[in-house]
Amino acid sequence: MTAEQLTRPVLEIDVNNHPGVMSHVVGLFSRRAYNVEGIICVPVGSGETSRIWLQINEDERLEQIVKQVEKLEDVLVVRRHDAGHPAFAGLERYAG
Amino acid sequence: MHASSNTAAHGEAEWLTGAELTVRLLERQGVRVLSGIPGGAILPFYDALSASTEIHHVLARHEQGAGFIAQGMARTTGQAAVCLASSGPGATNLLTAIADAKLDSIPLVAITGQVPQSMIGTDAFQEVDTYGLSVPITKHNFLVDSAEALLEVIPRAFSLALSGRPGPVLVDIPKDVQLQRIAVSRWPEPGCAQAAPAPDADKIAQAAQMINQAKRPILYLGGGVVHSGASEAAVTLAEQASLPTTMTLMALGAMPVDHPLSLGMLGMHGAPYTNLALEECDLLIAVGARFDDRATGKVAAFCPNAAIIHIDIDPSELDKIKTAHIGIAGDVGAVLAQLLPQVQATLREDWNQRVAQLKAERPLQLPGLDDPRSHYGLVQAVADALDDSAFVATDVGQHQMWVAQAYPLRRPRQWLTSGGLGTMGFGLPTAIGAALANPERTVVCFSGDGSILMNIQEFATLAEAGLNVKVVLMNNASLGLVHQQQELFYGERIFASRFIAQPDFLQIARGFRIAELDLDAAADPRAALKQALNAPGPCLIHASIDVKEKVYPMVPPGAANKEMIGG
Repeated sequence: MTAEQLTRPVLEIDVNNHPGVMSHVVGLFSRRAYNVEGIICVPVGSGETSRIWLQINEDERLEQIVKQVEKLEDVLVVRRHDAGHPAFAGLERYAG
Repeated sequence: MHASSNTAAHGEAEWLTGAELTVRLLERQGVRVLSGIPGGAILPFYDALSASTEIHHVLARHEQGAGFIAQGMARTTGQAAVCLASSGPGATNLLTAIADAKLDSIPLVAITGQVPQSMIGTDAFQEVDTYGLSVPITKHNFLVDSAEALLEVIPRAFSLALSGRPGPVLVDIPKDVQLQRIAVSRWPEPGCAQAAPAPDADKIAQAAQMINQAKRPILYLGGGVVHSGASEAAVTLAEQASLPTTMTLMALGAMPVDHPLSLGMLGMHGAPYTNLALEECDLLIAVGARFDDRATGKVAAFCPNAAIIHIDIDPSELDKIKTAHIGIAGDVGAVLAQLLPQVQATLREDWNQRVAQLKAERPLQLPGLDDPRSHYGLVQAVADALDDSAFVATDVGQHQMWVAQAYPLRRPRQWLTSGGLGTMGFGLPTAIGAALANPERTVVCFSGDGSILMNIQEFATLAEAGLNVKVVLMNNASLGLVHQQQELFYGERIFASRFIAQPDFLQIARGFRIAELDLDAAADPRAALKQALNAPGPCLIHASIDVKEKVYPMVPPGAANKEMIGG
């Protein structure tokens, strides 16, 4: 990944951990033809919740999508990192 | 409502199947009428439902009909209504009615049967990914994995459908979950609307200040005003600050159309003076409205000189289309209640005189209003034969816009129309649902010859239920609004919008054993209408309409509202 790719905005999203949640989240992007460049998802603590990191491109639609993500019933909190997130840097060697 | 019976009798657990406890939860929720069609994967639920003495099931003839019957109940009452379908095609047939409810913010709970969990993912008979299909068209959806979970999911589905911005919720229940028997010793509270977060008082104060300082403000009401039960507060605000008030298609009835401050509907088929007044306004107060493209026209040119106050219960609507100077997230009723004491009483004579001048120069033209054989005249004649207690449903197309323009709507929830999705076939089943929830009222459904064919099977449901639904069929043997657009914007190349084979709708009504009236042949159409509309039971009233009649004015798609043609 290039330095530019690593500074793409990242949304860090805490969600309830059950089948279908990822589909609700990424569906908000796909219906707008807005590509998600990278996805990481891991269970948190006892596994009741998960944390998702979505790496995306800066876009004027991002603010609206963040509001829509926040509305999802299974989304607990959304944090926005405008200058990338180190979670993706460590994955570089697997994507070669 | 059943709070005293939260614990089962004698403190002993009852052994119930998932299907039985779902029926019990619906009873506890206050559901008394629901509509659906049974099939293999939902038969355990239907078997349990047959034992209910509290819930009346209305057998639709197509699942989309069941979905719209539920919408008719929900739109007229504001309560969440239930529709049922089996797996596979039953579920897919429901989808249009669910999507329609999503776009118009109607509280629905759709319950679908699913193949047993052991067979999910095997392409089993009548298996479809109902959960996946319904993700983008519901507020939320559930695939239930145990009978125990139903105790939480069913009340939550109602709560979600009703809370905040209302909308549809789907609950997909596999057959084995319906059959699983568990001990129930305690019942959950019925799900109800959760209070919206309190609005920002500072922003409300700023909004009041902007209203007090504005010279040419306009109040712009949307469907959220109806959903919130805030029509009265909105009219009070308008009167207190002398605000000319326009309504979206969804808000018609929120302010009586003959109120002196009413500008009627705005947008694509709004009155010329309404769109022109919006051009001149210096402050737009949007309440429960979402700046839909049919209302705004070209967004960049909408209210070009106005500051914007936007009040909506859904925070994602704020700044979505137009950036608001003041955006207030909250229940519009609660916001208006806080706003009212801060708004100065004023007559605003200059601005209202200017609006009156625009109205005199560029009024809404309704030619033929006195002639019941013309389209506007027919709408007026129907209104003349009924009082304000009647509900008015429409299908989608030219007739829908003519009714929106000409029917004197005077109360919230009187008007039932598919605004967002624009679903042909909406009218008849929605009118049936309205009549089921309001059996003492008359429901009139204006339809077209294109729309009526899209759910015509529901005449069988109507005949069976014997409801007081009068369908006024405006027949121009065409998809009229398509025909109009081809004539105006596609070089008069009329293609695929004329019906060559024309059904005999009167004979169709007789075939369904429904009374019918041929208005074309009536010597005195007014008298015939009055008699048909006021006789009990269903009736189809057929009227021929000239295909050359158009909905005017019309803002060409993509154009600014001031560029309206006709009218």
